[in-house]
Amino acid sequence: MGKSLGPVGAPALPNAVPPPAGIGRRSFVGYVMGGTGLVVAADLALGAAPARAAGLPIPSVPQIPELYDLNDFLTHCALPTSALIAIHIDEQGDAHFALPRMEVGQGITTSTAMIIADELDLPLERVHVTLAPARRELLFNQLTGGSNTTISTYTPIRVAAAVARKALLDAAAIQLGALVETLTVKGGVIFDLLGNALPYGEAAALAAPETTRQVEVELKAEAAHTIVGTPRRRVDALDAVTGRKRFAMDLTERDVPGALPTMVCRAPDLNGTAKEVRNQAAVAAMPGVTHVAIIPTGVAVRARTFGQCIDAVRALDVVWNAGTVAGRSSADILKELRRAELPLAVPKLGATTVEGEFVFHFRSGSALEPNCAVADVRADSATIWGGLKSPIDAQSKVARALRLPQGKVTVNVVQGGGSFGRKLFSDAAIEAAHASKAFGAPVKLMWHRADEPRQGRVHPMATSRIRATVLLGSVISFEQRHTSVSTDFTHGLGERLTAEVAALPTGLANLGFSETIFLLSQELPYDFGVVTQLLNESNLDVDRFNTSSVRNIYSPDVRCANELIVDRLAAKLRLDPVAFRLRYAKSGIVKRVLRRAAELGEWGRAMPAGTAQGIAIHKEYKGATAVLVEIDCRPETVNRKVRDAVTGPRVTKATVVVDCGLAINPLGIQAQMMGGFSDGMAQALSYGNHLVDGRFLEASWDNSAYTRQWNTPFEFRCEVLDSDRKEPGGIGEAGVAASMAAVACAYARATGTMPTEFPINFHDPLHFEPKPFVPPVPESPVNGLDHVS
Amino acid sequence: MPTHTFQLNGETVTVDVEDDVRILWVLRDVLGVTGPKYGCGINVCKACTSHINGKAFNPCAVPVGALGPDDEITTIEGLADTVPGDGLHPMQEAWLEHDVAQCGYCQPGQIMAAVALVQRVRAERRAITEDDLDSIRNVCRCGTYPRIREAIRAGADQM
Repeated sequence: MGKSLGPVGAPALPNAVPPPAGIGRRSFVGYVMGGTGLVVAADLALGAAPARAAGLPIPSVPQIPELYDLNDFLTHCALPTSALIAIHIDEQGDAHFALPRMEVGQGITTSTAMIIADELDLPLERVHVTLAPARRELLFNQLTGGSNTTISTYTPIRVAAAVARKALLDAAAIQLGALVETLTVKGGVIFDLLGNALPYGEAAALAAPETTRQVEVELKAEAAHTIVGTPRRRVDALDAVTGRKRFAMDLTERDVPGALPTMVCRAPDLNGTAKEVRNQAAVAAMPGVTHVAIIPTGVAVRARTFGQCIDAVRALDVVWNAGTVAGRSSADILKELRRAELPLAVPKLGATTVEGEFVFHFRSGSALEPNCAVADVRADSATIWGGLKSPIDAQSKVARALRLPQGKVTVNVVQGGGSFGRKLFSDAAIEAAHASKAFGAPVKLMWHRADEPRQGRVHPMATSRIRATVLLGSVISFEQRHTSVSTDFTHGLGERLTAEVAALPTGLANLGFSETIFLLSQELPYDFGVVTQLLNESNLDVDRFNTSSVRNIYSPDVRCANELIVDRLAAKLRLDPVAFRLRYAKSGIVKRVLRRAAELGEWGRAMPAGTAQGIAIHKEYKGATAVLVEIDCRPETVNRKVRDAVTGPRVTKATVVVDCGLAINPLGIQAQMMGGFSDGMAQALSYGNHLVDGRFLEASWDNSAYTRQWNTPFEFRCEVLDSDRKEPGGIGEAGVAASMAAVACAYARATGTMPTEFPINFHDPLHFEPKPFVPPVPESPVNGLDHVS
Repeated sequence: MPTHTFQLNGETVTVDVEDDVRILWVLRDVLGVTGPKYGCGINVCKACTSHINGKAFNPCAVPVGALGPDDEITTIEGLADTVPGDGLHPMQEAWLEHDVAQCGYCQPGQIMAAVALVQRVRAERRAITEDDLDSIRNVCRCGTYPRIREAIRAGADQM
């Protein structure tokens, strides 16, 4: 029998709405698709339960995220999208699923396979999760961001898997002549009471109906899970450690014939453009070079090897137009932000007021895999391959760039080498499309590392002003005014907001994208009486800077400022930082992670002078985190020397405790917390971009001081709590905010000085000699054999 | 165009390419050996770390013309074959055991650097120290550094 069980799906029909919670197990509707092969389907919008007001008896008026947060919004955006996701059961009985999200290291291919395996009673290694290409019919429901993947896909994927299981069992019941209720499944094999066995593969061949059939299924009870909730290693780990895992630039001649290496020579100024190439013929005649052409972002060159592209980029003699912030420096942008700051409402009241003014500098959003994409543009169609988190948006923008109908552009999603927000944007895909069109040839376009911090997307520079008031031994007000360089939301999330804005809770509909995101995501988790947190943008710079989230947009900076002031408030009230937080924390989930972190991390243990502990909490993504660190700020540590590096204070130990709802894969969650910690620590201590005279100075990993081994804690521990919440929360960004804040708080306690500018080393003398801007990329060294080790 | 002959993962290879093309691009763009990754091109990020004659080096910083016919290049693809048996190298096993990788982009370079570090320390007849681990310059933008440290210690025990 060569037939197989094709995709299963479930649609968002009115009768697909689950019964009210609390009435036993929930049933859902899905589909067994007609035709050959067993394919089952479920609607991707399933399980988006309406938000409910918490209705807590609390002194502070609930902030918006307590009632309805960004993840509710992202999940609800999917509701009008009647789109099926499908699981296909092949003739071996293996399950195949094309996930309409993007894997960039956060572990969603693993967790999704776990969810399917559990619901289907299949061994994990027999579930194969790939990434779906751009599917326009999914409208707003193919964007990987806001740590929303598992929150939004958990139920629909389970429903599809349950439909598949039911179809297989129904077919087996007929084949075995048994009642379906008496059948059991073990490891993808169906057994009747007599011990007769029918493997899934054989059942799949019998299960496909001639026409599509609607079926109702119940999902497995949580207690029946044997895979979900257990620590599992990544499904792609073997490929990663053997070099077999393929990223966009690993596509070869066999995958896309003729797609030769391509790079772009960029302007010295941020966002400068090319006016004229003075030596085009000479460069085109260089070894290996096939094409040279001006494109909107610079001068593209195509060659046999990337090394020859680098040589050509360096040889180009280009007349450049000025950039978008010509002549401006970080200090100028700070002045603009100060001018845009909204006033605080509560007046300053002498000794009862605690205040802080904080500055957060630009930081590069670069992943280790640079921006890159493969493009094959023909006369009337185009195909793109890339690590794209908004593939539908990429499809639309590439189509616009090429003046093609959107349907003529195919966008294939390849796993990405990290993202941290960067890959929500399709910069490299659009560039590759321009280059391929200009050359009339396929291209494999990649940014040089130097391009990344200099011309790539950055976290927007921001300020935060806080004023809190203490009266009669209690905190009675806490105000925060966050002011940011405008953030680019034109990656598809913005389109969702435009389309859905009318559906937002009262009072939100008139806000811009940024204010909406801010209000939907920012929550001060304390009862501090009158609490206001407002965002304003300098609004001068939408096109001046290339901005994006850098593993979160607002939370790390906002919470870092909050928690530093919280420590000041605790000191003012003569309370221990943990005791103070426990007294004022609004929610049980926050108190629980805080207590556990304090216990695990031995809060309050004696520390030598110049070293200290710091602790901070954060509540977002349907969960909470607490981070406790120990930092060493003694001169012998701060002044230790590592060649071409930022050393400075060293975090020696870190403890992270997280409650993220149902933990699908605790091992993956610990990994995300570790990564989030590495980000948060770097954002506090060392990782920034210096804007000088309209150009960012940083041009290498030794310039942009992201966390390296010499900054890494000697001890790192993460505990994932058993949650009371039965639905999964978000984890990709959840670890960053409390980590940044805890490191800042520890630094303040170790040195006796509250840091107010981040990264804290921003005004130190540069630890590097800035690389030239013309040519824009450095020559590759030739002395590598002098450094073998 | 000049030809260059060298040993790659146990086999003799010959390529037609200009002398000054760095080995990284010979491997990736000419030979299709894509385990070594590009992360900077200036010997900083170490994502391309491979071995030459058993020691770590960065092929982004060595022109192919510097290679002689007897020089042995080992990339991540050939690491397992440097130890007896059909399985993985003990360091790769340690990486799996500790589930080190997140996106995986830097991990071939991390593993190759780790193996060379352990061999170097062993040649000095001493145990791996925190300072040794601090000396690793390979960037992991996913921030898996603490797990890398654990895996190197575990891998070293099995090497």
